[in-house]
Amino acid sequence: MAQTLYDKLWDSHVVRQEEDGTCLLYIDRHLMHEVTSPQAFEGLRLANRKAWRSTSIVAVPDHNTPTNHWDRDIEDPVSKLQVDTLDANIKEFGSLIYFPFKHKNQGIIHVIAPENGATLPGMTVVCGDSHTATHGAFGALAHGIGTSEVEHVLATQTLIQKKSKAMLVKVEGQLGLGVTAKDVALAIIGKIGTAGGTGYCIEFAGSAIKGLSMEGRMTVCNLAIEAGARAGIIAADETTVAYLEGRLYAPKGADWDNAVAYWKTLHSDADATFDAVVEMKAEEIEPQVTWGTSPEQVLAVGGRVPNPANEADPVKRAGIERALQYMGLQADMPITDIQIDKVFIGSCTNSRIEDLRAAAVVAKGKKVAGNITLAIVVPGSGIVKRQAEEEGLDKIFTEAGFEWREPGCSMCLAMNADRLSAGERCASTSNRNFEGRQGPGGRTHLVSPAMAAAAAIAGHFVDIRQA
Amino acid sequence: MKAFTQINGLACPLDRANVDTDAIIPKQFLKSIKRSGFGPYLFDEMRYTNYGEPGMDCTNRPKNPDFVLNQPRYQGAQVLLARDNFGCGSSREHAPWAIEDFGFRVMIAPSFADIFFSNSYKNGVLPIVASSEIVDRLFKECEATEGYKLNVDLEAQTVTTPSGFSFKFDITEHRKHCMLNGLDEIGLTLVHADEIKAFEAKHKATQPWLFNA
Ligand code: SF4
Repeated sequence: MAQTLYDKLWDSHVVRQEEDGTCLLYIDRHLMHEVTSPQAFEGLRLANRKAWRSTSIVAVPDHNTPTNHWDRDIEDPVSKLQVDTLDANIKEFGSLIYFPFKHKNQGIIHVIAPENGATLPGMTVVCGDSHTATHGAFGALAHGIGTSEVEHVLATQTLIQKKSKAMLVKVEGQLGLGVTAKDVALAIIGKIGTAGGTGYCIEFAGSAIKGLSMEGRMTVCNLAIEAGARAGIIAADETTVAYLEGRLYAPKGADWDNAVAYWKTLHSDADATFDAVVEMKAEEIEPQVTWGTSPEQVLAVGGRVPNPANEADPVKRAGIERALQYMGLQADMPITDIQIDKVFIGSCTNSRIEDLRAAAVVAKGKKVAGNITLAIVVPGSGIVKRQAEEEGLDKIFTEAGFEWREPGCSMCLAMNADRLSAGERCASTSNRNFEGRQGPGGRTHLVSPAMAAAAAIAGHFVDIRQA
Repeated sequence: MKAFTQINGLACPLDRANVDTDAIIPKQFLKSIKRSGFGPYLFDEMRYTNYGEPGMDCTNRPKNPDFVLNQPRYQGAQVLLARDNFGCGSSREHAPWAIEDFGFRVMIAPSFADIFFSNSYKNGVLPIVASSEIVDRLFKECEATEGYKLNVDLEAQTVTTPSGFSFKFDITEHRKHCMLNGLDEIGLTLVHADEIKAFEAKHKATQPWLFNA
């Protein structure tokens, strides 16, 4: 029978299946950070259990680590305790890769696993973090899990799961100049809604997706979770193989050849059927800006902030009113009239080398506008940072008035010192614009790296295609 | 997880409905990196008159003398009598962790919130749903009788009062099996350890590169 990519990935990891369809799924790669792992390790210890296969573990502290003044160490005691606890747990239980705070390759877990070749096609990947979906860009089945599941995977190398339905999101055509993977992902969320993917694993396909680099594909899969999906996947192809070749933990020699041959089989069969199909035309996708407090509240940059009076459904109308009030926006105002205070370029969505290059192109030779109180560029990892510095991107940013920081999650969720104050408005390349996400009372607009850089220069949103 | 077969435990009546997980363990304790040691902070806001913080030593904190858990006659209680919708609110697993860590093994109420209900089993605390009439009767008897103990027999699925009044309770076969044998979800999965090992060996033979170290 014809199979989807999801079927293939699923079937190749089922250890056993119960009568009600619940499966025990074997886990190849266990990613970890300091926030969701401590209780899992403690649970193991309390029950006198061992890690089943510690060489499946790739770990790094990222949420709590500061992005400047590394000489001062971690000043917040709660943050420091979480980071120290991860150090101690990895020391006790072991891992394949561990980059402690200040290690030259430290960074965001979803950036460091792929760049070290630790995420491979055909794998099952889990992490106690919802943006684990990122790794689906490699044709891997990647799930975000909760703390008790982290403990379960640690102890048994398996996850108890029921299979989701399969959705195909097909984007055909050629993306316009200035339109990026981030815009594609936001446009998809705008179309299907934040619950559109609930109960599904989404496969992204079509010529526009195939045309994306690995960095772009990771951005798209990263945001699958914001569309409500448990996982997002993209079939592995030449782009994937070329990206992985020679990376630290990628297979070598005969293993490499066998692996590549196997990876080529990891795609949906031509006549496979999906439970839902969404089709979009690449040419119709414009640069996107979110205006509200949910990623689905998104518009093309040329649009105007919605007017609740035009919404017939009372529940939706109230939702728009609430969002406008929180965001401090007027109905019907052009998106490009929205003035901003801060700019954040970073996060597991958009902190890879390609993202920084796109932002640097815009910032080159320009100056950050006077009304911007802080514009920061936070590379996703030490490797990204060094590469950017070799290319001189750091100079471009600092000369334009951006701060060039150390790697980490940073202002994506404001667990460290990088955050918005109440009422402050930020153009951000991250993934969540929820109330308070970047600091209590802070207002977040999600955009692509190029759009964020352009907004920093202008002091308000601008259409990158005209900038 | 501790196995549960039978206990004859002191009961303690918490006479209020809709006790949510934030009342069971306030949100500031979620910052903790631990999953044990929450017992001293159970019902923190009702139990103490000052603000509790993770890591605080509770021995000298000012206690609310009116709160049941602070009354000498209920020290060492193992059975919590509660009212409707116990454990509502956020799904934090810290709530059953705190209840277990305090020393409760059984909770009896007319109804429990869903997620809290299943999280309790997973952490070795037995939630028993009884009719409002029965729960009322237990509350009255418990308040009237110092040293009121309830005998809870999981095998027989019965609760018996000191006077010999007894009622049956429901539990799924699966949950009963897990509790009787002290099997948490991990323990249950590890029953299939040989199957996992066999799968792993096969997986390694076909995709050895997944096991590079
Ligand atoms: S960058 Fe943001 S979304 Fe990504 S892992 Fe860190 S906190 Fe989570």
